[in-house]
Amino acid sequence: MTHPGGDAHAHGALSAEPAAPIIAEIANAQQTERWRRRLIFIGVWVVLVGGLGLFLWNAGRVEWEFITRSGPYILQGAGITVLVSVLSILLATTLAVIGALGRLSTNPVIYAIASLYVSIVRGTPLLVQIFFAYYALPQAGIVLDPIPTGILALGFNYGAYMTEIFRAGLQAVAGGQREAAQALGMREAHIFRRIVLPQAIRIVTPAIGNEFIAMIKDSSLVSIITVQELLWRAQRVGRSEFQTIPAILIAALAYWVLTILFSIFQERLERRMARGDR
Amino acid sequence: MTTSRRDSSELEGLSASTASGYEQTLPTHVGDVIVRTEGIHKYFGENHVLRGIDLEVRQREAVMIIGRSGSGKTTLLRCINFLEEPSAGWVEVDGLRLKADPLRARSRGHQEQIRQMRLRAGMLFQEFNLFPHMSVLENCIEAPQRVLRQSRQHATTRAEYYLEVVGLIDKRDEYPARLSGGQKQRAAIARALCMEPKVLLFDEPTSALDPELIGEVLGVMEDLAHSGTTMIVVTHEMHFAQEAADRVVFMENGLIVEQGPPEQVLNDPRHEETTHFLRRFLDR
Repeated sequence: MTHPGGDAHAHGALSAEPAAPIIAEIANAQQTERWRRRLIFIGVWVVLVGGLGLFLWNAGRVEWEFITRSGPYILQGAGITVLVSVLSILLATTLAVIGALGRLSTNPVIYAIASLYVSIVRGTPLLVQIFFAYYALPQAGIVLDPIPTGILALGFNYGAYMTEIFRAGLQAVAGGQREAAQALGMREAHIFRRIVLPQAIRIVTPAIGNEFIAMIKDSSLVSIITVQELLWRAQRVGRSEFQTIPAILIAALAYWVLTILFSIFQERLERRMARGDR
Repeated sequence: MTTSRRDSSELEGLSASTASGYEQTLPTHVGDVIVRTEGIHKYFGENHVLRGIDLEVRQREAVMIIGRSGSGKTTLLRCINFLEEPSAGWVEVDGLRLKADPLRARSRGHQEQIRQMRLRAGMLFQEFNLFPHMSVLENCIEAPQRVLRQSRQHATTRAEYYLEVVGLIDKRDEYPARLSGGQKQRAAIARALCMEPKVLLFDEPTSALDPELIGEVLGVMEDLAHSGTTMIVVTHEMHFAQEAADRVVFMENGLIVEQGPPEQVLNDPRHEETTHFLRRFLDR
């Protein structure tokens, strides 16, 4: 037996000859093994999801007619879900940058304010905060539609959690970067905006992706304040027609698909960022 | 790589005396004093790292600081542009005199003075510290554009000139991750030169490099020294000091023990500590 790809001169013409077919054979076997694993993976998922679906179909006395009629109505809520999630994460990111600056500030007043924000928001339930925004803001004379109210509440909540993510990200930028910028005579604001922040954003991008996936699911909480997103619509039609199980399942499936789609996008984004290494 | 050292017949004329009692005949190519430290002390907690450093560096002079690790040479360099605030003493660079003010180090006025000081003194780091999210050219024009308010076109022209000087013009659009260590340090030198500082401070610029990459960086530095760039270099490269230095400063325990022309300090040291250090260094 020769080494695959071994030196033909070392082994002589006879023993070198079989090397090429063996390499192809090994590659083939590896490829087959990869496909086998992939098919098993898909098979397990199909069996489990199918079995669970069949069970629920029977247990819930699902009517196909209901799905075709109300399914599209529920799924239209996906647009609102995505809209609320995207705007909330944008608000949260903005708050997080400001919050992180506050948490890193040497000014004791600013530090105290930023810390209070993080402490209160992380110390109370998101659902309570959503209720509070919905009922308390109008009392303060700020009357907003449910959607902006929900975005404010979700953004404020996630902003506090992401403050800590950004603080860690800013601290993770190598100290030498600051020193190099200082040595070039840059002012503090310039250093932050042009040198530290862009690098911190690269560092926290995967974490923000995770927060966004969580946000897609937590956005269902604003159904409680009549935002007509996936869950609100599912509850509405499900309850009125005694088809709660299929209605909720349609919504759940939609959330699942949304998170899978975003995960794929996130994976690609991270791979692209890693490729340029910049 | 090694152009011949400045003619030794130049090594006569001007005589200078500093507070530390350093006296020698200065080479005629040097000009007025451009960097001066007076009584620099630095404590890290209880640790007395610098114990009163008086150093004068003249225009177009290349000064190499040697000494064992922990002797305070890097701290001294960092004190000159206030990356470390000295605990006491004065620093003067190109006419700007600044008193160490550790208690009010963060005050706005002091910080602005420090910034002005840094515009006069470019700094090179062991770890290069290029900005990884910017191309080589962007690294070079960021500060000229936004600190010196140069137009993008003007800054780019200057940057291309200095990239030519360090031999990296073909890498101008590469990102630092794609450069070798030696190329990174040369890009960092170009970035510093783009600010046209009065003096360049090198903090062990080749310590983080693979041995085969050290030469290209030292070559660029030697060219700069011979073309009259004022520089203060903390280094362990004795051969380089011998070739490129106008003056070698030996530090130990936070003090300048001995200084003079390289042939004297390195070949015929007057102090026992220097002899001891050099012997141990050569033994390695």
